[in-house]
Amino acid sequence: MKNLKKTALATVLGTVTLMSASAAMADNHPVKVGLMLPYSGTYTALGEAITNGLKLAIEQNGGQLGGREVEYVELDSEANPSKAPQNMSRLVKGDGVDFVIGPVHSGVAMGMLRVAKQSGAITIIPNAGLEAATNQLCMPNVFRTSFSMWQNSFPMGKVAHDRGHREVVTITWDYAGGKEDVAGFKEAFEAEGGEIVEEILVPFPSTEFQSYLTQIASIAPDAVYTFFAGGGGVSFVRDYAAAGLKESIPLMGSGFLTEGNIAAMDGAGEGVLTTMHYAETLDSEENRAFVSAYEAAFEVTPDTYSVQGYDTGAMLVQALDAVGGNTEDRDALIEALASVELESPRGLMSFSDSHHPIQNVYLREIRDGKHEVVGVAAEQLEVPDDACQM
Amino acid sequence: MDLAFFGVQLLNGLQYGLLLFLIASGLTLIFGIMGIINLAHGAMYMIGAYLVWDLTLRLGNFWLAILIAIPIAVALGLVIERLFLDTLYKRDHLYQVLLTFGLILVINEAQRIIWGGDVHSVAIPAPFDASLQLTDNLQYSVYRLFVMGVCLALAGIIYWVIRHTRLGIIIRAGAVNRDMVEGLGINVRTLFTLIFSVGVALTAFAGMIAAPLTSITPGMGDSILITCFVVVVIGGIGSIKGAFWGAILIGMAETFGSVLIPSIASMVIYLIMAAVLLVKPRGLFA
Repeated sequence: MKNLKKTALATVLGTVTLMSASAAMADNHPVKVGLMLPYSGTYTALGEAITNGLKLAIEQNGGQLGGREVEYVELDSEANPSKAPQNMSRLVKGDGVDFVIGPVHSGVAMGMLRVAKQSGAITIIPNAGLEAATNQLCMPNVFRTSFSMWQNSFPMGKVAHDRGHREVVTITWDYAGGKEDVAGFKEAFEAEGGEIVEEILVPFPSTEFQSYLTQIASIAPDAVYTFFAGGGGVSFVRDYAAAGLKESIPLMGSGFLTEGNIAAMDGAGEGVLTTMHYAETLDSEENRAFVSAYEAAFEVTPDTYSVQGYDTGAMLVQALDAVGGNTEDRDALIEALASVELESPRGLMSFSDSHHPIQNVYLREIRDGKHEVVGVAAEQLEVPDDACQM
Repeated sequence: MDLAFFGVQLLNGLQYGLLLFLIASGLTLIFGIMGIINLAHGAMYMIGAYLVWDLTLRLGNFWLAILIAIPIAVALGLVIERLFLDTLYKRDHLYQVLLTFGLILVINEAQRIIWGGDVHSVAIPAPFDASLQLTDNLQYSVYRLFVMGVCLALAGIIYWVIRHTRLGIIIRAGAVNRDMVEGLGINVRTLFTLIFSVGVALTAFAGMIAAPLTSITPGMGDSILITCFVVVVIGGIGSIKGAFWGAILIGMAETFGSVLIPSIASMVIYLIMAAVLLVKPRGLFA
């Protein structure tokens, strides 16, 4: 009898110990976050800014997601589309990550999304702006925390018309990103009653603009709308100013024309108008706190890419808190991610049915080497996503 | 397009063509005389631009930066020729292509390690930081005129050296029959080192004087390399005169093609190359 009691007690105790041990194991098992971003080549700075922002947001939550520790798996995408499917498979199948964060480059996104479709891996795009990602390709497991080309350019159409411009020339590179961007501007500008008198397409990635500037001068439109980025953006804005066109024909563009480029423009960018979902000078409590925390951590001023990374981190924090750190119930997790609402440095941000951000787009003018916010060009703008019914 | 704008486009085409000539001249010398297909030529153009940007930032003077950057470029050419190319002259072209392709990767990555991935620019230097009013709304930078003048002067000097000096005779002879020149007691090895260094210096110098007119970015030389090969092939491999007229032709074709027939603008130069090769398979001046 005494023995039986002892055995029973031992069994109970043993079971309890085992149970708490397995519970503890579940708690300690870290959330695996895979980062598929460019850490070498032309887009290195973007990959690093996104990574910094993401880690800062999770660090501000005690370095945890839903009460669990976080393990990062960083993979260099090299911004190379041909390696994208293989790299993505490695993260999903090889490393068994719970989330994939990436990419920067739209070409890489196409390859990644193919694997995301087959494997069902939860993917959050922190930059690539191709429209298809949250429209035609439409997957419940794919989210975006950045922008689409259309979202940043559409608001400028009304701005241009409101400023009295009726005849506008557009100029961009002859590639998908440039054409999607200009199409957004054109749609809004023509709806307001404006006319696009010439659509110039420059072979990608040429930065030899003299002949086009001469053509623009001979047309003499009311304004020019443009999309170029990186070195092309710097060259175009400098050449435009050097040709003396800036005074007589105002220059407008999507935010990427001048993002990260102002210093290299050497004063030529002053007065250029752009529309974008963020500006480092945004006057809000959230943005001031973010900028000072980011500067303290990394000793550089954050840019749009940093904010996109930060919001991706903040999104994970909020969603995993909502599901108590449980990454096994995928449907609940996806539901939690889709319901995320952020008081972001960029302003209020939530997600549409196609998992694309609904956000403000700001009108910015370069003054004294900074993007000053002139106003809100579009309030809580939703992108067209008719092709995506979830 | 009225007459004034047609004139401006001519000027644009001429300026672009002259800059192309400066880059292509080094390429055609190395290609024609040494038989080396130097794929890393565009990377040298980029190195020239980065050097002058870096030195201008340190010294505060563009002209001083160019003065210091030129010997650095020559030294770089010297080191590459002696260290790498020298062992491959007796081998097939494929080995040289592999080597110079590898050099592109090494130089691009070294550029990223030393100078980073950001976009930079160099301000247009005094006394050329003024503009001319060409039409009622279009200005033209005086610096562009200066660049045209420099390119024309260099074209003249190269032509004179090749045609009218003893060195030029040796260069031309070396290209036709290397063994015979060696038999006459001339050190061809030294000659090749000289040609390669000068070729590299020419393209690096093009990068330097083009720096205030362009944005300085990683890989900026890669796209210009292809255009320069087109120039060299059209003009005739090894011909300086060919490189000159080929460059002017391509400069004009790109300028007018982009405005008059924009739908096939990116194809125009290749169509011209195909047409030239059909009529003159060895190029215009070979």
